[in-house]
Amino acid sequence: MNASTSEAATSPTSVRPVSASLDKVSKLFGSFAALRQVSVDLEPGRCYVLIGENGAGKSTLLRILAGLLRPSFGAVNVFGGLDPHDARDRIGYMSHDPMLYDELTAEENLRYFASLYNPGRAGLKRPSLTPAEALRQVGLDPELTRTLGQYSQGMRQRTSLARVLLPVPELLLLDEPFSNMDVESVSQMVQLLAGFRQGNRTIVITTHQREHAAPIADWVLALRAGRVASFEPGNPSL
Amino acid sequence: MPRALWTHLVKDLRIELRSLDAFVSMLFFSLLVVVLFSIAFDPHGDFSRDIAGGVLSVATMFASVSALNQAWAREIRHNVIDAQRMAPTPGAELYLAKVIANFLFVTVVQVILAPFFLIFYNLHIEGQAWLLAIVLPLGTWALVGNGIFFAALSIRTRNRELLLSLILFPIFIPALLAMVRATTSILTGDGDPTLWIKLLLGYDIIFTTVSLLLFDVVFHAE
Repeated sequence: MNASTSEAATSPTSVRPVSASLDKVSKLFGSFAALRQVSVDLEPGRCYVLIGENGAGKSTLLRILAGLLRPSFGAVNVFGGLDPHDARDRIGYMSHDPMLYDELTAEENLRYFASLYNPGRAGLKRPSLTPAEALRQVGLDPELTRTLGQYSQGMRQRTSLARVLLPVPELLLLDEPFSNMDVESVSQMVQLLAGFRQGNRTIVITTHQREHAAPIADWVLALRAGRVASFEPGNPSL
Repeated sequence: MPRALWTHLVKDLRIELRSLDAFVSMLFFSLLVVVLFSIAFDPHGDFSRDIAGGVLSVATMFASVSALNQAWAREIRHNVIDAQRMAPTPGAELYLAKVIANFLFVTVVQVILAPFFLIFYNLHIEGQAWLLAIVLPLGTWALVGNGIFFAALSIRTRNRELLLSLILFPIFIPALLAMVRATTSILTGDGDPTLWIKLLLGYDIIFTTVSLLLFDVVFHAE
């Protein structure tokens, strides 16, 4: 993939089904172009690591995949032709912020979101994890009675990941998941994500700490000034 | 009641019961308005009954705005709103839950405020006092329903607190007028408040329906 072109950045096995596809996607905020002509196909069962400097467009790309932003130009679809907004119950998105309430405990926060994913209507997928299961998966004690405001940054981050895992999404979008985490927690999270990927689910991670994600990085996509600078296979060990 | 609506409502009530942020600020603000107006006008007798409806409505309005400005603060603080936007539930249920929660907060404040109001304004109600139990909730719903909607509309703006007042107050004028006239009519026993109550009811139905229909657009806007 030539970084200076805007051609599709697809892996060599692009004949496989795709979880998400961006076709010449550009995103403008006023006159500022956060993304320029980005094309990429994401396959199931793969982990993609997005790297790039601040302002390179990583978070914008993730928010477009999550359906939280619409591209100014180009097309994005997930799971074989769906608009991300329409498939949002199958997508998990974790941002820099914990996206949780400080005034509630981790279990209360997760119970709240689990109810939103299972509002008792026909046709909607039931969450595959209970709040307690999701918390245990990320190494937290569901019995903790402290409110989230009293948690360390790393614990919030893990609670946030537990929230994302609740409905067991098919496409997992993680924006800087390793920030503020100690080495052991990072290792646990990577192990967890490796298991998650083996369930034929797609993971997209943005990070400044490429070495943390290296054990599960099937592909590394580098963005520079909103353009795809490189798209190369990783060397996953898990 | 739809389950997601109930989930949002329980969450809002639980958080407010733990922090009492909106409730305390509303209560003290409304008490201040009532006391300051009573000092400024030295109300008694007929004059007191003439202005009481207006003072009560304005006290409710200012107090509510202090809470409405904070209505989405917790959702914005840690970007919880994005997690809610990604959930497969209609935004209208989140809107309605927030309206109901804030309506309950304001109503509790009004109930606490009522005895102070009667004392400070030496009020002896001449009309049918029970009608106040219709007028005040209708007026409060009008204020809160619009307030939550416009607070959501101004969520991404820098001067959202100022913007909310600038949008909300002009739109609330018909409901404020109806609320004041109906309350004054009940307190003084002069005239029939029925027309004003119908106006309030119509206002609530129209604006709540429009807000419910439009909320998803506002909620999912970038």
